[in-house]
Amino acid sequence: MSRLANRIAALGHGFASWITGLGAFARLFSAILARSSVVLRRPGLVSQQVHFIGNHSLLIIGVSGLFVGFVLGLQGYYTLNRYGSEEALGLLVALSLTRELGPVVTALLFAGRAGTSLTAEIGLMKAGEQIAAMEVMAVDPLRRVLAPRFWGGVIAMPILAAVFSMVGILGGWFVGVILIGIDPGAFWSQMQGGVDVIDDVLNGVIKSLVFGIVVTLIALYQGWTARPTPEGVSRATTRTVVSGALAVLGLDFLLTALMFAH
Amino acid sequence: MNSSPAPLVTFDGVSLGYGDFTVLSGIDLRAMPGQVVAMMGGSGSGKTTLLRAMTGQLRAQAGKIHVFGQDMAKLDGEPLRAVRQRMGVLFQSGALFTDLNVFENVAFPLREHTHISEQQILERVLDKLQAVGLRHAAHLRISEISGGMARRVALARAIVLEPELILYDEPFAGLDPISLGITAQLIRTLTDQLGCASILITHDVAESFAIVDRVYLIGQGRLIAQGTPAELSASQDDYLQQFLQGRPDGPIGFHYPLTPAFERWLASRRAA
Repeated sequence: MSRLANRIAALGHGFASWITGLGAFARLFSAILARSSVVLRRPGLVSQQVHFIGNHSLLIIGVSGLFVGFVLGLQGYYTLNRYGSEEALGLLVALSLTRELGPVVTALLFAGRAGTSLTAEIGLMKAGEQIAAMEVMAVDPLRRVLAPRFWGGVIAMPILAAVFSMVGILGGWFVGVILIGIDPGAFWSQMQGGVDVIDDVLNGVIKSLVFGIVVTLIALYQGWTARPTPEGVSRATTRTVVSGALAVLGLDFLLTALMFAH
Repeated sequence: MNSSPAPLVTFDGVSLGYGDFTVLSGIDLRAMPGQVVAMMGGSGSGKTTLLRAMTGQLRAQAGKIHVFGQDMAKLDGEPLRAVRQRMGVLFQSGALFTDLNVFENVAFPLREHTHISEQQILERVLDKLQAVGLRHAAHLRISEISGGMARRVALARAIVLEPELILYDEPFAGLDPISLGITAQLIRTLTDQLGCASILITHDVAESFAIVDRVYLIGQGRLIAQGTPAELSASQDDYLQQFLQGRPDGPIGFHYPLTPAFERWLASRRAA
């Protein structure tokens, strides 16, 4: 009986601490937003972060996009060929990438590449007393450190997703047109005719913006709340990837459902 | 207004600690403009705790702390930042920003708190780096410099705004004899030139006695002695003499005191 009671208590405790964490997460979000005027006053701080977060993720995003495009080309051809409509391959590749794979895979890679480095950086800054030093120097670390990184991530993500989709489409073209021999005119014109700027491209951009906000914020939150020890920072880094990936996949379903609704 | 300058830091009957645990109690001290004041005591005596109270990172459990005449217990947000802008702090670990190079670390307070031109920043930062002997290391990354150099960069950063109050946590730790002597002289000269107050936390008796105006010795959770270096050297107090001469035996124990928690831990280890 008491073991059951303990289990229930543990469950309740876990739930309560999850809610508390969510509250702290929301408070950090609002604190960063309240200090975001720094973005306009010192744009250099943000462009530095876009460079750091974006440029360093470019290679992995580009290579992954290319291979996803290759695979889409092969698999798409396999299916479309059964119905004799392999000319639609360009449309299939473009829609899959702009609507879904571009934003989602980019966000997952972003969590692993840029998110972890943000978490580790903030966590180690805490461990090295850098955050405390900043406070004692009368500099608000939320304004000086977190806000520029947040906006850097939010700006970089849609750009990376666009690069991913673009490279992916080129990969699909390479497999479909160059290797398999689909008519290039049909490949591109089907894509041009079938992809809608608002419904497909813009919705993809909205998704990647939302993922950018959520993944960057998770990374910053994990670093900000990490215990300032090597073990604490390593755990926080792992949590960034796990919760970042889960949040992206969960939100993707929600957003897709919402966008399909109308 | 009276003719004598107001003290920059005053502690009146201050108790400090973490949670329910009190580290220091009944602390009275002052630091006047133009003075170099040393806070001395053994490891773990609570010297860094004192410094954290001066910067407002830690609130007093009892008593009053005034910095620049302002009650630290009542300060928060913007007014606290205003007080902190007038002080420079050298952290024990240096606490340099690892994402910035040497130059940018020293330039950091200037960029955050002043609107001077890039040319003026360059001049001032190089000037401060010159003072700590690292002018030609300005371009290096923090990971490329040694521990002693990092402390000197941190020193340059602490003084770059030419603050009215400078707090040094162990400024001599990890320095070679040459850097140590120069740093001690630098602290004295800066204090005289700027007319600021310098408070240093140290257990380096010889080096600090040569430059300080006043010494506060803490230990056993309280203020044990205070006075000029000459007064303290002449004192017959056992505790004081043991500390100053570094004798192994005397009222200051070398061993960490025995606690029931340790005895329980040991018993459980032996039972296993």
